Amino acid sequence: MTRRLKDVEISFPIVYGTIAFWLGKKASEYNSHKWTVYVRGATNEDLGVIVKRAVFQLHPSFNNPTRVVESAPFELSESGWGEFEIAIRLFFHSDVCDKQLDLYHQLKLFPEDENGPQSIKKPVVVEIYDEIVFSEPTEALFARVQNHPAAIVPRLPSGLNLPPPGPVNNINEKKRGDTKDHPLNQWFMNFSEADELLKLAAARQYVQGHVGKLRRQLSMIDGLPQLSKAASGQ
Amino acid sequence: MDAKDILGLPKNPFPATQEKKPRPQKETQRKPDGVHREVYALTGGMAPLMPTIEVSHLKKRQNTEKEKISWQWLPFTSSARTDNLHLYHWVRVVNGVPPTGDYSFAKYNKSVDVVKYTDEEYKKHLTDPMWSREETDQLFDLCERFDLRFIIIADRFPYPRTVEELKSRYYAVTRALLLARAPSPGDVSGNPIVKEPYNMTHEVERKRALSVVLSQTKQQEQRDAEILAEAKQIMESRMASKNAEDVELPVNQIGNEGSEATAHAESISLLNTNHLSSSTAAPPTAECTSTPASLRMLRVYLRTHALEQMVQAANSSAGLRTIKRVDQTLQDLGVHLKPKVPTKSVCAEHLELRKEILTLLNLQKQLQNREAEASVNRDNSYAETPSTPKRSFRGDVERSLVPDSAGFGGDRVGKRDHKRKAPGRFTDAPPSPPQSKRPRKLKSSDG
Repeated sequence: MTRRLKDVEISFPIVYGTIAFWLGKKASEYNSHKWTVYVRGATNEDLGVIVKRAVFQLHPSFNNPTRVVESAPFELSESGWGEFEIAIRLFFHSDVCDKQLDLYHQLKLFPEDENGPQSIKKPVVVEIYDEIVFSEPTEALFARVQNHPAAIVPRLPSGLNLPPPGPVNNINEKKRGDTKDHPLNQWFMNFSEADELLKLAAARQYVQGHVGKLRRQLSMIDGLPQLSKAASGQ
Repeated sequence: MDAKDILGLPKNPFPATQEKKPRPQKETQRKPDGVHREVYALTGGMAPLMPTIEVSHLKKRQNTEKEKISWQWLPFTSSARTDNLHLYHWVRVVNGVPPTGDYSFAKYNKSVDVVKYTDEEYKKHLTDPMWSREETDQLFDLCERFDLRFIIIADRFPYPRTVEELKSRYYAVTRALLLARAPSPGDVSGNPIVKEPYNMTHEVERKRALSVVLSQTKQQEQRDAEILAEAKQIMESRMASKNAEDVELPVNQIGNEGSEATAHAESISLLNTNHLSSSTAAPPTAECTSTPASLRMLRVYLRTHALEQMVQAANSSAGLRTIKRVDQTLQDLGVHLKPKVPTKSVCAEHLELRKEILTLLNLQKQLQNREAEASVNRDNSYAETPSTPKRSFRGDVERSLVPDSAGFGGDRVGKRDHKRKAPGRFTDAPPSPPQSKRPRKLKSSDG
């Protein structure tokens, strides 16, 4: 079961970022916004299936700038007045991977339109989509996560017999790790690859068309060297 | 608006409800008490580590009980001088008693003990076909005078000799003398010059190699770093696979990659850059469809990171201008330079698109070169007039791809050749008209 599956990868789509609210009347010079930084499953599934803990490294001016979150949902809320880069280090369960993964995100408090008024109700949201890829996972890991909704798992070639997976969700756990009913979920963005794929396919077609044209032109020129030479020989 | 931005002033002095906005990219945060933000910023956002002045001391103590200190202008001499010069300086006098002792800096007047040989010793042990007695004498005299500062000695030496040659001669003589004078070889075997004699050829080679490394371009440096990182990873995975029970990659594959990597590492240690430029292409382009070895070795990585690596690998054969043109083309086509939703398929499509654009640009250039050649042949007898109207095209992808041989010929011929890929094609063409500095999209002559 500790054998690794060659040429197999399991990926976990994630979204990470920040949501920041202006404090309005309650804002002071050193405390103008409250914000939350988080890493969630892209479809709001529980990342605790692979992530053991997340360590958020804040600006050194914060007390205890190293904040450890031991369970999903992996998030941290704070308040302050400045924008800075937050480093997020993900630690995985021992059967997943012994290496950590680092993410970096710039906390944004102020809206793009600098001259517009700030609103207490509408936060500044910056979310980034990415995927955590585990290449050549062990059979054990594959078996464990193959049916988990947070995971994208390829179909294995037939002939590979894995034991049936364990229970998918630990419903008995007190704290839910998924973010489907997260208080901030109205601000979560939806990431769909469809638009991007469409654009890319169109672009590729376009480029391929021109490549073809150029190749034809080149072959035409290559095929008619005498014409130009004859002209210069006048 | 921007000025206010820079000064950190509030944008709208008007609305009283709006909070004073700090500059958008403000990095410093603070949560202290009773200290102004600006003061904190002066110290770099941190409190001072140690108290600098005890305020209570400023008021109370007058230092009445200690010794009486005065300062006097007194003469002094230094044992480091041989000319008995008397100078004066301020001296701290305690209770009327001036300090005694030598000038405090005299102890720093150190010099090197350069060996001195007799005529006999020279004849017996120190003769060398490459060095005359006179030269050797002069060398040793300079060594004594300049405390073995060989750069200066080389400069002052009357005959043309390199620093390494001088060092070699000095150390050889010293070593030979040491061995000759020692009662037994064992006595001096601990001496560094005996243990490790100066090796001139090695030194010359080492310095040459250093200067090669120093003059490496950034690209070469990057490639070196990549290869070393890969080699390290492969070594680590080999170690890991030896310890663990896992059956990872088939052994022969590790063997191949390992030998490739060690070959790279060795060629780096020999600082032979010729090897590097030819062999860097191998690892990244080994697998186009499946993940390259370096990514698999990571075990866990972000999809965006993987895409970056593969894009870099694809760009490694192209020049900086070409890469910029690829980016510009992507933008023109309405494609994000970094995908917003980097799923596996999006990344794969993105990578393929980039490669196809590279192909397109290469073909464009080829076509231009051929057509320019053709028109050079045609217009060989005519000189290029400086008033040739400049073509202001290349506005977008579509137009730049429309073949226009007359236009090509008129504009292309005569452009100074500064590309590395097409040497000598336009050597007989007169200088080109001045080009506009406006940012051009997909100018076919670029890259």
